[in-house]
Amino acid sequence: MSVLIYAENADGKFKKSIFEAVSYARAIADQNNTTLTAVSIGNVSAGELALLAKYGADKILNVANAQLKNFVNQAYASVIAEAAKKQGADVVVLSNSFSGRGLAPRIAVKLEAGVVDGAVALPEQAGGKFTVKKTAFSGKAFAIVELTSANKVIALIPNSYKVVEANKTAQIEDFSVDVKATDFKAMLKEIVRSTDKVSLPDAEIVVSGGRGLKGPENWGMIEELANLLGAATACSKPVSDSGWRPHSEHVGQTGIAVSPNLYIAIGISGAIQHLAGVSSSKVIVVINKDPEAPFFKVADYGIVGDAFEVVPQLIAAVKEYKASA
Amino acid sequence: MNVLVCISNVPDTTTKITFTDNNTQFNTTGVQFILNPYDEIALSRAIELTEGGKGTITVINVGEANTEATIRKALAIGADEAVRINAKPHDAWFVAYQIAQYIKQKPFDLILTGRESIDYNGSKVAGMLGELLDLPSVSIIKKLDVDGSNATVEREIEGGKEILTIPLPFIAGTAEGVAEPKIPNMRGIMSARTKPLAVIEPVDVKTFSEVLSYETPAPRGQVKLVAADKVSDLVELLHTEAKII
Repeated sequence: MSVLIYAENADGKFKKSIFEAVSYARAIADQNNTTLTAVSIGNVSAGELALLAKYGADKILNVANAQLKNFVNQAYASVIAEAAKKQGADVVVLSNSFSGRGLAPRIAVKLEAGVVDGAVALPEQAGGKFTVKKTAFSGKAFAIVELTSANKVIALIPNSYKVVEANKTAQIEDFSVDVKATDFKAMLKEIVRSTDKVSLPDAEIVVSGGRGLKGPENWGMIEELANLLGAATACSKPVSDSGWRPHSEHVGQTGIAVSPNLYIAIGISGAIQHLAGVSSSKVIVVINKDPEAPFFKVADYGIVGDAFEVVPQLIAAVKEYKASA
Repeated sequence: MNVLVCISNVPDTTTKITFTDNNTQFNTTGVQFILNPYDEIALSRAIELTEGGKGTITVINVGEANTEATIRKALAIGADEAVRINAKPHDAWFVAYQIAQYIKQKPFDLILTGRESIDYNGSKVAGMLGELLDLPSVSIIKKLDVDGSNATVEREIEGGKEILTIPLPFIAGTAEGVAEPKIPNMRGIMSARTKPLAVIEPVDVKTFSEVLSYETPAPRGQVKLVAADKVSDLVELLHTEAKII
């Protein structure tokens, strides 16, 4: 057996979440005394590819066909499944990114593999069983899932496994696959990136605002605080439903689930649906003028006070801290 | 245009999740089940796309008889007919396999699922259907327009979006933004009772995963409150105690 990791790049660079997934895949390879092969698709420099060895890859397959420069779900799934077959890999690891979640089920069908997406911990392999812990009920619980198939596909949630340096040396091999024309039916027209912002699913710190902020015109201080902390901005469902903020910022059971190191909730009461989406945050700070707000019950730190008074003070305090650090 | 919308029966979003039998069973006592919110968005967009006699909508569910209230809700919102494959939805592979068999006998122009179900949070059925039917699939879309035999979709990516064109038929998982959820009106509720709901038996298929048990998130300790006039103490605590800034 061996392990294969699909190392997704964004504009030729690997994000921290990919190094987490490489470290995770390395640990699975070590559990089974086997090797880890990384596969990268698209234009990535040799220097960047070498980072995959730093975090644990023994071998790096570089797929640089011009046709595969941009992400095409169906075609990428074919390439990754083919790489797994050629390497004799029986465990395929991906990051549980937007693209990863589209690839995992397709790869699983090609390899007749059981699949766990939303994985949050290393597999347990005691007693001949292969089990993986994953999020369930939108963050309200975890499920322990046994994969009973010979081949397995796992998609790892960002910020749930630590990056570990393994400092392997790996050969970079060109890898080419004939992908059938019907795999390219979906045509990419345009990529729109909001480059000035930290992406919410990857963010280590999230500053989130709720109805307590009274209107979209008051988001300036949320953005200022987020900028200072290198954080992503987010919001509660009523805020995105009212059109104050885009749906892509909606954190909660029917929005996006996040697991940052720090989640700062400002003017959000903490409805059960919102809490579901933030429960795996490592530290939660709540700022709310209502001391009875349910959010305080699941917070690590809290300030009972008016957001319009507290947040400007917090901004000043962070500036002061940054100046002294 | 004939649209198939795959629907799940899930616990209401306000449900407090608990387990029984030594944390091996989801405790359904007192739990209200609903149409999965993302599937509701898919259905609502399907209605907009077929309005004015431009097509029909079939909803399909893999579930036992207890899901019929949810299926009738989908018919009340505006689906024309429904199919229930009479089986426990064991896992995504089982569900996708059953639905793929149905589609092979009765092809559709567009197949929609929600981006994920809010119980097991997979977004696997769309991709698995794509693979089983050799069709394109897009896992999470925020926008869907159809023009003749082609569709334009917006797909969410980290820190942005991709705009794609795809020829019909294909499979898409819908997220917020695709449509506003439609609420059934009285006429819809009345007509839902008589709309066709076919029950078909599942085909045999090997499964690849089993849920063995569940865990609930570890409770957090007591919240540490910082006075509203001592906000700098919070920054200090985040630095020295929590060590995250």
